[in-house]
Amino acid sequence: MVEFTLPANSTVRPGKKVSNARDGKNKRVFKVYRWNPEDKQNPRLDEFEVSLDAFGPMVLDALLHIKNDVDSTLTFRRSCREGICGSCAMNIDGLNTLACTKPIEEIKGDVNIYPLPHMPVVKDLVPDLNLLYAQLATIQPWLQTQSPNPPKERLQSPEDRAKLDGLYECILCFCCATSCPSYWWNPERYLGPAILLQAYRWLADSRDEMKGERLDALEDPFRLYRCHQIMNCTHTCPKGLNPAAAIVEIKKMIVRRRG
Amino acid sequence: MSSKHGPSLVTDLARARGLGASHTGTEHWWVQRMTSAALLPLSLWFIFSVASMAGASYVTVKMWLSSPCNAALMIALVLVMFHHAVSGMEVIFEDYIHCKCAKVATIMAVKFVGALGAITCTVSVLKLALGG
Repeated sequence: MVEFTLPANSTVRPGKKVSNARDGKNKRVFKVYRWNPEDKQNPRLDEFEVSLDAFGPMVLDALLHIKNDVDSTLTFRRSCREGICGSCAMNIDGLNTLACTKPIEEIKGDVNIYPLPHMPVVKDLVPDLNLLYAQLATIQPWLQTQSPNPPKERLQSPEDRAKLDGLYECILCFCCATSCPSYWWNPERYLGPAILLQAYRWLADSRDEMKGERLDALEDPFRLYRCHQIMNCTHTCPKGLNPAAAIVEIKKMIVRRRG
Repeated sequence: MSSKHGPSLVTDLARARGLGASHTGTEHWWVQRMTSAALLPLSLWFIFSVASMAGASYVTVKMWLSSPCNAALMIALVLVMFHHAVSGMEVIFEDYIHCKCAKVATIMAVKFVGALGAITCTVSVLKLALGG
């Protein structure tokens, strides 16, 4: 059976409480998941009380403040700080999103921050996403053709180009895949919403000539049909995309080619 | 990933590729949608019919079911409902049960019970519809 409860060595315990708020005004507590593979301890939830006046408006600003001024051992990924690299995807206030585009003021009370759910943790807020990267490789996310290369670029009508809107914007942060219970229960066999949205991005591309082969590789009770349309992926996507709709489109394409 | 023997030596790509795509699943998914679409009017018809016969005698119900149209719709409802329920349960077990033996045994048991239920209900309808 799938595991609905955490194993004993993964149970999150209360951690340290640190206050760095300079005065009594505008304080906020950030509860951050911590786990260090080297100390052989259970994960813990550290509480950092900080003054919101000391940093910018986003959750990433708070994390950077904590790392710079309170606890330099806090580990998390970040890069662009403007929602385009997908590095700082994490579970904030119960929803997977990007720390850099999540305003603190949208969160009432203490700010709970965990790594993306149901993935192996490398350290603190850093999940191991290697399986997802390997799954992305299996769908061959690049243009594939058999026609001879044209002298210039491969042309596409504005109407066909518009079909890629809502697909090409995916930044592979994997907020959707890690919010999907179907992916939690069968991560090695179900491709998950992020990969399937990428697969549809190439199926929807008028320039691609390998649609049949792409559909062949997806037609499987687990790779594709584990999606039961609960829409967690669409609800959580920080870019406002709709992976659930893309998955439906793949299913419709497979039905369409049957006759 | 790690196992009880330490870190797994299987690469992530090998895990992701697995045994490949089985090129099946569409039929199952499509039939599940077809049966749910069929269940909408059949269920409404059934609820309306039963409600209109609330408190009716056995003979009245037997008379109602002896109409070929009602008997056919009733058998259709039974077959579609059991098919839909069994295929839905199968998906749930595939989702949650990871032990191969337990999964196959549970799905087989549900299919047997579902088939028996469907046959029993069909025979019951026929007995009422055709019985003297």
